[in-house]
This record gives sequence, structure tokens and C-alpha cells, in this order.
Amino acid sequence: MSDLALSFRRRALGHASFAVGGALTLLLLLSAALSLAWTPWPVYELDIPHKLQLPSAAHWFGTDSLGRDVLSELLAGARTSILVGVIAVGIGVVLGTALGLIAAARRGWLEELVMRFSDFAFAFPAILSAIMLSALLGPGIVNSIVAIGIFNVPVFARLTRAQAKAVWAREFVLAARAAGKGGFRITLEHVLPNILSVIVVQATIQFATAILAEAALSYLGLGTQPPQPSWGRMLNEAQLQLLQAPRLAIFPGLAIALSVLGLNLLGDGLRDLLDPRLARKR
Amino acid sequence: MALLEVEDLEVRLRTARGMAAAVRGASFALERGESLGLVGESGSGKSMTALALLGLLPEGAELSGSIRFEGRELVGLAESELCKLRGDRIGIVFQEPMTALNPLHAVGRQVAEPLRLHRGLSNSAAREAAIALLDRVGLPDAARRSHAYPHQLSGGQRQRVVIAMALACGPDLLIADEPTTALDVTLQRQILDRLAELSEESGMALLLISHDLGVIAENTRRMLVMYGGSIVESGPTAAVLKRLAHPYSQGLLGARPRLGAGRGNRLATIPGSAPELAEIPAGCPFVERCRLAIDACRAAPPPPEAVGPGHVARCIRLDAAGARP
Repeated sequence: MSDLALSFRRRALGHASFAVGGALTLLLLLSAALSLAWTPWPVYELDIPHKLQLPSAAHWFGTDSLGRDVLSELLAGARTSILVGVIAVGIGVVLGTALGLIAAARRGWLEELVMRFSDFAFAFPAILSAIMLSALLGPGIVNSIVAIGIFNVPVFARLTRAQAKAVWAREFVLAARAAGKGGFRITLEHVLPNILSVIVVQATIQFATAILAEAALSYLGLGTQPPQPSWGRMLNEAQLQLLQAPRLAIFPGLAIALSVLGLNLLGDGLRDLLDPRLARKR
Repeated sequence: MALLEVEDLEVRLRTARGMAAAVRGASFALERGESLGLVGESGSGKSMTALALLGLLPEGAELSGSIRFEGRELVGLAESELCKLRGDRIGIVFQEPMTALNPLHAVGRQVAEPLRLHRGLSNSAAREAAIALLDRVGLPDAARRSHAYPHQLSGGQRQRVVIAMALACGPDLLIADEPTTALDVTLQRQILDRLAELSEESGMALLLISHDLGVIAENTRRMLVMYGGSIVESGPTAAVLKRLAHPYSQGLLGARPRLGAGRGNRLATIPGSAPELAEIPAGCPFVERCRLAIDACRAAPPPPEAVGPGHVARCIRLDAAGARP
């Protein structure tokens, strides 16, 4: 087993997109962790006399129109992005995978029901359903998490069902049935372990989508509400000074872009590493 | 009472062209400790018969007739009841050892699984029993290999693991569906011999499915020849092979490759090809390819005709086929 772990590490470090993606994702996680313990300036502190300052030794990334330290806001914003990403993707993985597994195991009308529900949910773009939900329940971080989470459910339900059906068709599942195992045990012991890597990869990629969606909702004023820090809202506030202080839009924009890029690269790398057969084909 | 009594078994499968019968009115019985061979070419309904016995037919398949195991009717039995029989009283070995094992679990764990499931054995007890089983089926160095994953074993070793899994609970009936087709000839011999010994030791009945008359000849006491979903000939293996009665069985034997047949001698074949399920004729299934076919063959399925003691063939042209002395 340790041999296996060692060879995985060697392959992982040699894999360019996994290494770069991993580094960027690590940076995101560390920023969020750091912001819990320390930020250069208090995140919520307004300092009007020092507004719109250029980057300096005191304020590395400068200050915004209310004199807040941009770096501190970015670090704290990472926290929000991760919070939304983890919970929203968590909702999608747990509910979606369960639905997909049930659909593949039970077949028949239940499968039809799950799939038609997925089609229905897919018919509405994520942002549109999030806007709808926010309009119904009011804007806020919880509602945006719920909206993004709901969008993720059919993504995982479809993926899981397709993958699980492929496993169900394999001969070792027939052998397991011939050994007297019921659908529940086969699902837990044979189907789920064989599709886990695909779900992990998809979760990484959906995480990136969730960060993007959170930023978009906050930008539109439907997501995270002040004073909670959010990259999307930083973008929104920056557009008023876009010509005087473009850096105010560039920094959070860059943070969003690098996080999404990092997670996508990580997902790609994971897919290659977890399924070597696929990697060789490409 | 026979261990297994199959009567008028019909299996219809959902195909692109509607429902098609894969097994048509098969009837046979198997006594405790007896070995029965089922021979036929691909698509003759052998495997569907095996799957029907376990209630593992593909989705959308229809099953009728009667399958009695220890006097208990299996057709229409609830899935949960069938689960209790499968792997416990009835074991099955599939053709492909490469795919019949889960790549993610160590083989010892997979062999132990039926024991934990049906016997409620603890993990450690099941593990020990699994090692003993692997040893019994002839896996060398079983204790160490029980930790191996399927990809670390050879084809022959994997098939031994699959057999150990099927034997775990000491079934009364073992169905072996082409158990050695994927293996080379030497291994084939070893594994079949081991199966025969094990069935002898434990009084387990064996249903051996193969397309190879040689395998059937050496390992079974009674045999059935299947074609187009029907059992066309049956009887004691020795007697049947001595005097093959049905024109199809004769063709099957004639089509065996022979060592030392010399260059240039073409392999004898049965003209035509096996009919598609949906196209099997109403009368004798073999009529389109039979050199002896007459109009009456197309009219109705031929009734069973006695050829010798216990030896029966479904053919109305047995005299022309030279089946009767």
C-alpha cells in the first residue's frame, strides 16, 4: 500500500496540471485559513481618509472607496467562496449521488422519475434558478448556497446513474448477485467504490462552478450581503471606480479566475491520475 | 425427489425485434451428487437456462414453466427468497474469470463474502474459512494470495478464486457456465478435475455447461444437447456419445478439430449458421440446416423418441440418421 501511495505521489508531482492546480487550490485554502486567524487590517474597518490608496507597504493591494484594505478583503472573501463551494457541492454530491445510485439499482419508473426531474432542473440555468430562489426567499448567503446546491443535485444524479449503470452491467456484479447479495449491498460494496473517483473529479470541477456562481450572485446583489466579504461584491463595488481605480476590479477578478482555473486543473489532473487508462488514451 | 426438476422452461428475451424465445420448453432433472452436462453452440440457450435457474435473467425477460429445487418452486419466488438460495444452496461459476471479480477488493475478502452473508460468520472466521477454501480449490500459497487483488493473479488463479467463492457455503448445486473456456488446455484439465473431485467429496450436484463435447465427455455422467433453445437430445453421456442420434449432435461431433488431420483437410462444419432467436422455425429448430429435413419436420416440434435406455432424441428422422440399431 505504501508503494502504491509513493508511486501515486511521484506521478502526481510529475503531472503538470495536477501540480499547478493543486498549488493554486492550496493557495486558496491557505488564504481562507489565514484570514480566520489574521488579516493585515481588520476586514470590516472603514477608513475613509485613506480611501482609494495605491498599493503601498501598509496596504499591499491598496484600499477601496471606503478605505478598506483590499488584501484583507480578498483573504476573507476566500473564506466565503470555500464555505459556499463546500456546502453547495456537498448538497449536490450527497443528494445527487444517492438519487443516481437508487435510479441505477431500482430501474423502472423510479429511474424515469429521477431522470425527468434532472432534465427539468437542468432546463433552468443555474443563475436563473438562483435569482428565482433569491426573489422568493430573499437574498443572502444561505439562499445562494441552497440555490447552487440544488443546481448541483441533477449534475451528480445524472453522472452517478450513468456510471453506476455501467458498473451494474459488469460481470462481477452478476457474480455478486449470484452470491446472494441484494441491491443495497451491491450498491454500497461494488457500485459506489467503483465510481468514487469519477464523483471526486466531478466534485472538484463543480466546486469551481460553485465559486463562480457565488461570485456572480453576489455581484448581482443576490448572494452574500454586506458586511460579509465576497469577491463578487468587491467586483460590484469596484465598477463605480472602474476608470479611476481599475485595480479594485482586477484583484478580486484575478482571485476568482485563479481559483476556478486551479480547481479545474486539479480536477483534470485528478481524472488522469485516478483513471490511468483514460490518461493514456488522451 | 430429484434435487432439481426443470419442466417446460421457457425464457423470452426482449430484443430489438420484439420478444424472442431463448429457451423453449426445456425439461430436465438433476439428482443429488449427479453431474449433468449441457452442450450446445453460442446462442443455443445454455447460459439463459443457467441464469433462469438462479432468477438472474436480464431485465425485461419473461420466464415460464417450472423450476423446482428440493421440491420448492423457484419460478415466481420473491427476490429476497432467491437471494437466500443464491450463493448458499446454489453456486455458479461464470466463464470469464477476468471480469467476475471486483477489481477493488482483495480476493480473500470476496471469497469470504458469501460466508458472512449467508452464515453470519465474523470477519476473522470468514477470512480463515476463505483461506481454507482457496487452498481446497488448489490456489498455491493461499494465505498470502488471499490479500492479493484480482489484477495480481493469473487467469487460472482467478478462476480458482471464483470457484472458491461459488463453493464457499457448500452448495447442493454448482452451475459451471463454460468455466474453463477462457483458460488454456492444461489449466482446463486441472480445474475440471478439481471440480469433479470436489463434487464427489461433498455430494454436490454439478451442472456443467460447455460448447466442448470433450469437456462434457470427461466430466459428466449425463448430458443434454441444446439447439435453438430446445433440448434436442439427452441421456447418459457414455451412451449418447457412443450413438449420437440427433442430426445436430452428429454434426457437432463431426465438427470437432482433430489432431493429425493433416494439412489441407478442411474442418467439417454444419452448413448455415445458428438461427437468430426471433427466426427459430416453428417445427424442429434445426430444420433449416439439417441434411435429412423433410416437410413434416417443419410442421410441429418433434416429440421425444427413445433411442436407448434413458437416451432420448427429438427427431422424427432418427432412422434416416442411423440412430437406431
